[in-house]
Amino acid sequence: MKRALQRAAGSIETLLIESIAIALSLVLFCVFLLFVGSQPLGVLADMVDGAFGSAFSLQDTLSRSAPLMLTALCTVLPARVGLIVIGNEGALLLGGLGAVMMSQLFGGAPAEMMLLLMVGGGCLLGGAWILLCGLLRQKRGVNETISSLLLYYIALAVFLWLVEGPMRDPSSLNKPSTYPIGDDNMLANIPGTDVHFGLIFGVVACVLCYVLTHRTTFGFGSRVAGGNSRTALMMGLPITRYVAVLCLLGGAAAGLAGVVEVAAIHGTANASLNAGLGFAGILVAFVARQHPLAVIPVAILIGGIEASGGLIQRRHDLPDATVDVFQGILFVVILGAEAWFGRFSWLQAAPEEPSAVEPSDEGLENETGAASATREGEVSA
Amino acid sequence: MTAEESLGLWGVPIAMLGGMIRVSTPYLFVSLGETITEKSGRVNLGLEGTLLLGAVVGYGVAYASGNPWLGVLCAGISGVFPGLLHAWLCSRPRVNHIAVGIALMLMGTGLSFFIGKPLIQPEAPQLSSLELGAFSESPAVREALRVNVLFLLGLVLAPGLHWALKNTRWGLILRMVGDSADAARALGYSVNGVRAVATAVGGFLAAIGGSFLSLYYPGLWNEGLSSGQGLIAVALVIFARWNPIYCLYASLIYGAAGALGPALQSVGLEVSHHLLGAAPAALTLAIMIATCSKDRALVGAPRELSVN
Repeated sequence: MKRALQRAAGSIETLLIESIAIALSLVLFCVFLLFVGSQPLGVLADMVDGAFGSAFSLQDTLSRSAPLMLTALCTVLPARVGLIVIGNEGALLLGGLGAVMMSQLFGGAPAEMMLLLMVGGGCLLGGAWILLCGLLRQKRGVNETISSLLLYYIALAVFLWLVEGPMRDPSSLNKPSTYPIGDDNMLANIPGTDVHFGLIFGVVACVLCYVLTHRTTFGFGSRVAGGNSRTALMMGLPITRYVAVLCLLGGAAAGLAGVVEVAAIHGTANASLNAGLGFAGILVAFVARQHPLAVIPVAILIGGIEASGGLIQRRHDLPDATVDVFQGILFVVILGAEAWFGRFSWLQAAPEEPSAVEPSDEGLENETGAASATREGEVSA
Repeated sequence: MTAEESLGLWGVPIAMLGGMIRVSTPYLFVSLGETITEKSGRVNLGLEGTLLLGAVVGYGVAYASGNPWLGVLCAGISGVFPGLLHAWLCSRPRVNHIAVGIALMLMGTGLSFFIGKPLIQPEAPQLSSLELGAFSESPAVREALRVNVLFLLGLVLAPGLHWALKNTRWGLILRMVGDSADAARALGYSVNGVRAVATAVGGFLAAIGGSFLSLYYPGLWNEGLSSGQGLIAVALVIFARWNPIYCLYASLIYGAAGALGPALQSVGLEVSHHLLGAAPAALTLAIMIATCSKDRALVGAPRELSVN
C-alpha cells in the first residue's frame, strides 16, 4: 500500500515537472517570437490549430508521429543499459535503403510477402548499424554517443552515393531517387482514416518494448546494468548481451521508421528521407524520460508541432525552422528540469519512514531508473 | 586548369596542401576551444550547433556592416551564450553534460537555420587572405599558398595555449579543476565558475571556426554548410590527447583528408563527392576504434572527464 502510494507520488512528480517544463518552454518560445517581431499568441493558436484543429491536421499529426515513435525507441532502448545513442537518423536512412533493396531483389513477390521482406531488410540494416555502436562501446570502449553520430554521417554519405549513383532510377531527373517500390507494395491506410499503418507499427513497437524493459527478467537485468555496471558485473549479469540486444532492437526500430517512410510516403528512397525524423526522435526519447510507453503521447505531441510548421509558415511568414527553435528550447528546458526532482517536499516519502538517503524513494528510483545514465554523468565505464 | 594539368600528378599534393590549410582552420578553432572546455572536466557536444550559429551570425553581420572582421568578432561573441547556457545547466544537480550538449546541438542548428533563412541569397564580403605564394610562377602554387589570417592566428594560438596551460596560473587552475574538482574546491576555487569560463571560451573559439566556413571557405551560408565539423572536432580532441599542439597536427591531417576530393577532381579522377565528404568522419571513427580501450582511461585525459 505504502509502496503504491510512493509510486503514485513519483509519477505525479514526474508528470508535474514535465508539465511545468513544457509550459516554461512555451513561455520562452513566446519571448523568442516577440523578439523576432511576431505575434506569440497567434502563432501558438495556429500551432494548436495546425496540429490538432481539424480531422485533416489530426491525421497529419498521427502520420508524422509514427516514425517519431520508432526512431525514439532507438535512443530509449540503449538508454536502459546506460548508453546514449543519437545516431537514429543513420539507422532510419539505412532502413529505407534496405526496404528499397528488398523490393529490387524480390520484384515479383506478392504484396504481403513483400511487406515482410521490406520490414525485415530495413530492420536488419538499421539494427546492424546501431549494434555496431554498442559493440564498439563494449569491445573497444569507443564512446557510443560520438560513434553513433559519426556513423550517421557515414550512413548519409553512403545513402546519397547509392541514391545518386549505383541505385539511381535514370528516369528521376530533378531529384535523384532509387527505383520506386511499386504502387502495389505501398503501405495501406488504417481503414476509415488517412493515417497509414505505420502508426500501428509504432504503437505496437512501443508496447512490446515496454513489456521487454519493464516486465521481463531481461529488462530488469539491463536496468541494473544501466544503473550500476559494477554491481551488474559482480552479479555476473551479461552486460554485453544486454547492450547488443537493446542496440540491435533500437536500431531495428529506427530502420522500421525508414521502411514506413519509404513504403507509406515517398514510395522510393531519396534525399527527402533525411528530414531530421531521427533527430526529433532523440528529443521524443528525452522528453519521454526514456520510458517506452511515454514515447507514444510525446511522439504525437512532437508530431503535432512538426505538422503545424507549414501552417505557421504560411500564416505568419515565419521560416520553417521556427518549429526547430521551439523543439530546441523544449529539449534544453526538459533537461534543465531534471534538477527539480526532489524539490517538492509534499511529494516525497512519508516523514515517519526512516530515510537515511535524503532523496528518498525518488532517489532510489533514479539509481535503477531509465535515464539514470543521463543523470549520473557516468557515461563511460 | 591547364597549369594544373601541366603539373601532372604533382597537382594532387599541391592542391592538397592548399586545401589542407583551408579545410583545417575550422577544425583547429573548434578543437582548441573544446580542449579548453574538456580540460575543465566537461564535454560540450553542442559545439556543432555553436559552429553553425557562428557561421550564420558572422555572415549576417558581415553582410549588414560590410566588414567581415566585425562578423568574425560578433560570431565569437554569439558563441559565448550557448557555452554559458551549457555551463549553467550542467552546474545544476542531476543534469548530464552529454545530454545538454545534444540539446544545444539541436537548438543551435534550429536557431541558425531560423536566422539564416534570409541570408541564403545575399553575398557577404569575404575575409581577405595573404598571398604567401607570390614568389611562384605557377598559379597552382599561388592558389595553394593563399592563406587566411585566421589560419595563421590558429597557428599561433595552438602553441600559445599549450604554453599557457603548462606555465600560467590560469592554466594550472583550469587543469586542477579538470583533474580533481575536490582539490580545487579545497583550495577555494569555484569549480562551476572555472568551468563556465572554460565552456564560454570554447564556444567563442568554435563560433569563430564557424565564421571561417561562411566568410572564407566555402564562403557562403546554406543549411548544409557543416558536415559535422563541430562534432568531429570534439572527437579530434580525444585523438589529440587534450594537447593543443596535437590538435594542430590532427586538424591538418583532417584538412588533408577533406581536401583529397577536390584535389583528385583537379587531375580528373572522379570519385563520389558524398563518399569523400564522409572521409573525416570515417577517419575519426577508425582512429577512435584503434586508440580507445575499455580497460584503461586514455593517457592525458582530465580525470573528471567522463567521456573517452
